Amino acid sequence: MNPPHPEQAAAIGSGGVTRRTAMKFAAAGTLGLVAGMGATAGLAHWIRTAPAPYRFFSEAEARLLIAICEQIIPRDDAPGATDAGVIFYIDRQLATVFVRHQQTYRLGLESFRQTCLELYQVPFEQLAFEKQTEALRLIESGKVPPKLWGDRWPAAFFGLVLDHTRQGFYGSPRHGGNRDYVSYRMLGLAYPNLIGQNRYAAGRPV
Amino acid sequence: MTLSKVNVVIVGAGAGGGVVAKELAQAGLSVVLLERGEWVNYDEHTDDELWSQRTPALGNPFGPDDKRYRRVVVNANGSTRIVVPSDGGYSNNAGCVGGGTVSYGAMAWRYMPQDFRMRSTYGDVEGSTLADWPISYDDLEPFYEKAEYEIGVSGDYSNNPFGGPRKKPFPMPAFPYNKEAKLFSETTMRMGLHPFPIPMLRNSVPYNGRPACIHMRSCVGFACPINAKAGSQNTVLPIALATGNCDLRTGCVVSEIVVDDHGRARGVRYFDADGQGQEQPADLVVVSASATETARLLLNSKSKLFPNGAGNNNDWVGRNLMSHCYAGARGLVEDEIYEEAGPGACIAICDFSHGNPGLVGGGMLANEFIALPYLFSRSRPPGEAIWGKAHKDFQRRNFKRMIRIMGPFQEIPIFSARVSVDPVVKDAWGIPVCRLSGTQHPYDLHGADFLSQKAEVIIREMGATSVWRDRPTTLSLSGGQHQAGTCRMGDDPQTSVTNRHGQVHQIDNLFIADGSLHVNNGGFNPALTIMALAYWVSDHIKTGWKGSQFR
Repeated sequence: MNPPHPEQAAAIGSGGVTRRTAMKFAAAGTLGLVAGMGATAGLAHWIRTAPAPYRFFSEAEARLLIAICEQIIPRDDAPGATDAGVIFYIDRQLATVFVRHQQTYRLGLESFRQTCLELYQVPFEQLAFEKQTEALRLIESGKVPPKLWGDRWPAAFFGLVLDHTRQGFYGSPRHGGNRDYVSYRMLGLAYPNLIGQNRYAAGRPV
Repeated sequence: MTLSKVNVVIVGAGAGGGVVAKELAQAGLSVVLLERGEWVNYDEHTDDELWSQRTPALGNPFGPDDKRYRRVVVNANGSTRIVVPSDGGYSNNAGCVGGGTVSYGAMAWRYMPQDFRMRSTYGDVEGSTLADWPISYDDLEPFYEKAEYEIGVSGDYSNNPFGGPRKKPFPMPAFPYNKEAKLFSETTMRMGLHPFPIPMLRNSVPYNGRPACIHMRSCVGFACPINAKAGSQNTVLPIALATGNCDLRTGCVVSEIVVDDHGRARGVRYFDADGQGQEQPADLVVVSASATETARLLLNSKSKLFPNGAGNNNDWVGRNLMSHCYAGARGLVEDEIYEEAGPGACIAICDFSHGNPGLVGGGMLANEFIALPYLFSRSRPPGEAIWGKAHKDFQRRNFKRMIRIMGPFQEIPIFSARVSVDPVVKDAWGIPVCRLSGTQHPYDLHGADFLSQKAEVIIREMGATSVWRDRPTTLSLSGGQHQAGTCRMGDDPQTSVTNRHGQVHQIDNLFIADGSLHVNNGGFNPALTIMALAYWVSDHIKTGWKGSQFR
């Protein structure tokens, strides 16, 4: 039996969140731990009570994160982060290989939500697109009320979401994002990359 | 339990261990080859960029995994942090049958003659343990040749006046240039430089029963779907196994070299694939586990005569950890230059490898491997948007219009950059883990700056409109896939860990055969040198083997 990853253990035992959040958090953490070992009877309960269609996020968290990701890679004449299913990429990883980032997301999204309410008096998702951009720039540069973020660094949270959004948009569809290879199509990259059919003649690229 | 004795136990089936296993098994020695990882293949991981050895966003497909492995990194301020293999600071090298040679870019560089005589060529550098190798280029030349022929290298040095003398040509013709390389070739020739095709451990034509390359865009970081890329796993290891003398045991994690009270290695202790402790007695022990893990294993092997670890009575094991200080430049051109023909890297110059005024050493410069979309999305000029519509526009407009010229500047060794063993943190088997501390020598940043300036000038000459340099500007600890130097070979036991044959000082039947031996690391990717050294060490073992024991 392998010991849990130290960060993972720390995340699961974390304080500083509401009881309800902690319960949900523990549930999601358990889900993540158990997922690699195959389903058990105990797991089924949590699957039923987990907020569909997400494994980790609540509906409200997902709405907020979808809006943030859409700012990072917006739809124009090509699909954006929402179309590509970036939220499903991040959600799936948080329940499995990104268990160590669960706390960062849970606390970061809550601080993010409160920051927007304090600055604009409306939720981030309801701001006009340009206002959202402005809000995100403030968070990226850390120019936000520090009391809402505790000892956490808003820019670090943003940096993590930024990186995961790029992964979900440009990475392989097998992980839940880049639906229908939208980013590959946008870049004009042949897909699927079938072996041996990459336009070769006599063993040489043409 | 204690298993039946064999002639030699080898730790690690990568670039070094594969060669040693083949050479000794062919010579008739009974070999047990212990590898922590498993056999891997393309089909499990395909061309998934997030699950590649180059960009392990979701983990390392060819190991080691994030669940059972960890290390401790000492930060600049003295605090420590625990890292897992997919974290940058871990300094990972793949853990599977074949090691890094399954998924490497497969550049097949020989170091240059000057690389073996750095101290004689450049003199003393303050704060550095810069030294000459105890062997010369000429000593190693026959073994470079053997590696090139047995494992398989494509190349052509007719336009490279800087390489050391070669007795035989490359066994396979060079790969053709892609669009970027053609432009690089014309430009650098015009500038009076000497471009030539990068030698590659990759088949340009069918060779040794394996087919020619089909130019996957996903090459570096990935396994080859058709085995056109040559690694230990598809060249020397199958030969070793076919002799019937080599028992390859996968999933086996070695915890200790058993050294008796007389200073002789008696074998190794390891955990098998089921987690059961085993002891494998052997006449000889060869460690080829990479510069970080080889040092860790020696340090974890304490005995009466070596209370601080095998071969470590002078505190040199784990010292001089180094790699390469990568530097270069990127630029955008008007017309599309991307070609759907991997791996991308195919042309280089060695004009700046040595003889640079005011500098110690230098580095080759080459065009880069294809950056797949996620890696590309992290590549932007300074000041450019890193998110939003502008970021997306850049990606869309420039994915096929970027030139990248990079090279590994030769780092100079520094005693305080080191692998030690953490007093507290253990891995899943309860074995104390690597503790990495120190930084590069400040000098390396000057070298990187120099190399990136040269790359910038070339890219501008290639007609790029927007050019930016790419180089480290702050010191960090070097390591990663090119890790080297932690068990330096030398003639003086006071300032080295092994003799010129990779034989640990004072432990006659304990050998090292990997990048740990490197006295310095050249301005080149190290794989072929690791292979050549493994042939060199094997040759010495075979010569000294007297049928039942060594010497």
